Amino acid sequence: MSDQPSAISHIEGRALPLRGDELDTDRIMPARFLRAVSFEGLERHLFEDDRAADPGHAFNDPRYAGASILVVNANFGCGSSREHAPQGLVRGGIRAVVGESFSEIFQGNAAMLGLPCFVASHDAVDRLQTLIETTPDVAITADVASGEIAAGTMRIAATLPSALRDGFVSGQWNPTLMLLDRFEEVRGVADRLPYIRGF
Amino acid sequence: MAATLFSKVWDAHAVRTLPSGQTQLFVGLHLVHEVTTPQAFDMMRQHGWRVAFPERTFATVDHIVPTSSQRRPFLDLMAEEMTTALERNCREAGIKLWAPDNDNQGIVHVIGPELGLTQPGMTIACGDSHTSTHGALGAIAFGIGTSQVRDVLASQCLALDPLKVRRIDISGRLNRGVYAKDVILTIIRRLGVQGGVGFAYEYGGSTIDAMTIDERMTICNMSIEGGARIGYVNPDDTTYAFLRGRRFAPAGDAFDRAVAWWRQMASDRNATYDDHASFDATAIEPTVTWGINPGQSVAVSEPIDADPDDEAFAFMGFRPGQRVSGTRIDVAFIGSCTNGRLSDLEEAARVVRGHHVAPHVKALVVPGSQAVRRAAEARGLHEVFIEAGFEWRGAGCSMCLGMNQDRLEGRQVSASSSNRNFKGRQGSPSGRTLLMSPAMVAAAAIAGEVVDVREMLEAVPA
Repeated sequence: MSDQPSAISHIEGRALPLRGDELDTDRIMPARFLRAVSFEGLERHLFEDDRAADPGHAFNDPRYAGASILVVNANFGCGSSREHAPQGLVRGGIRAVVGESFSEIFQGNAAMLGLPCFVASHDAVDRLQTLIETTPDVAITADVASGEIAAGTMRIAATLPSALRDGFVSGQWNPTLMLLDRFEEVRGVADRLPYIRGF
Repeated sequence: MAATLFSKVWDAHAVRTLPSGQTQLFVGLHLVHEVTTPQAFDMMRQHGWRVAFPERTFATVDHIVPTSSQRRPFLDLMAEEMTTALERNCREAGIKLWAPDNDNQGIVHVIGPELGLTQPGMTIACGDSHTSTHGALGAIAFGIGTSQVRDVLASQCLALDPLKVRRIDISGRLNRGVYAKDVILTIIRRLGVQGGVGFAYEYGGSTIDAMTIDERMTICNMSIEGGARIGYVNPDDTTYAFLRGRRFAPAGDAFDRAVAWWRQMASDRNATYDDHASFDATAIEPTVTWGINPGQSVAVSEPIDADPDDEAFAFMGFRPGQRVSGTRIDVAFIGSCTNGRLSDLEEAARVVRGHHVAPHVKALVVPGSQAVRRAAEARGLHEVFIEAGFEWRGAGCSMCLGMNQDRLEGRQVSASSSNRNFKGRQGSPSGRTLLMSPAMVAAAAIAGEVVDVREMLEAVPA
């Protein structure tokens, strides 16, 4: 969310295991919380309906309070493009997500907020979730450049799309200034497009 | 060299390769609505940035607007506040806005094509995942988040990685009672809700060739439900005929020059694809979702497959082997960017005419735009619906996502022509959604339970 991006080389902290495939952005942030002109306070509504329906939901579990790394399963963040979902996670203190797979729009939105989404195998994610469930205090480090997730003595190989990875490492994960950098070239492309020239 | 429409459009809009390796891609048309943009305009103000190409951005209000009365100020104070914020942001930036008091207001993905803003060969972005809809006209169109909306406002560009292209061929003639909605639900059922991640879907084949633009929009609209951020159909004579005479389409000689360029942008005959899938349209039946994602569907005549997703069965109250037909419904919703266009209302009205909504069902028709509503009224469709006991509403997203006052209550079951059956999607955390075609929704509204629309159509002249 910072306007002056800084390099993100690694994320350290405790983790929160959230099991389930296809956790869509409607579940992460139900639509009624999009009824606002700012993103403030969204962290209070993360998974609000799932948490109400399931007292045992990981986001209700005090053992995971203060966690900064979210560990999820397949196709996390599918559905709506609402940035309110990753905004809620970041505002709730989540600094990295590790999962089996992510929807493209979610992963892109998360990157814009400096929130890396690491991809690891089904088996590795399952082992990591189990470890956290049995030892919630385990210290975890996610290394952006190498993709290695270290949890206690466990080591897991994970990846990030190379452009996003390099952006985090170099501190250039917020692209607006790059996109404005050579604006005359943008004008050049616009001037060549037949539908802008009026055919 | 032979190329796909995707790569031709990408190359024509590529500004440069960024140091990150991503492409700086020019956005030819930017569409905005009231829900995902106020924060983007605030970020612009904080930086002191000006909107770079205000004439390439168009706005409307759709997500939160009430569809019962659209008189201003709205009784829903937050709807009023968000609409007012968009009005102010557009006024300050010099962006054209179609507000509820304007004849052209409607769901952003309905009005773009309707006004001729959406054209082949364009890149189109909007802070809404169903932007893929516009691919029906041969555009490369995709949903973005609010920070990316800010980037487009500031620079008219995005930083993106290119996608692979999967060609999806659908061949053969659809049977009576089978619609574009059934085709896309069948595609998602087979390829999976995640199968399209990393891909743009190019739809083609004789079934697609024979489809109207409205039908192609239904298909492209739900690409994102299959994980594909982009779905498109190559432009053809159907596309050009659709665009001719529309307000923002080129006119006169310029139209002919446009057609020549649009033809060039279509995929070459011998283009190569990263992947390929084929479907037999003649085998597709009216299809209904039974679960909590759009891939969990079944032909209305078939029993539900075994599925490892216990959560979906528990939430919906179905069992493997059970049929969805016969499921009592509480609400019938016809509308949305998937199926809220004139042809959708015509198909539904064909089923409804001469019948009455079951007494226990709340049924509503929400036209996708004010223009759709006017055109439907000119054909007397509103009378068919109202006489049958449907509510006839103003234009908006309505019960597709439950952001306005139109929401499910408790564990209600909704037969819905919309696009998502996620838990809580239609505004009640425990509400249940069965996705189906508008004709199937109409049939369910009348029967009070899910039925096979083909049985009702037997009594209707073809």
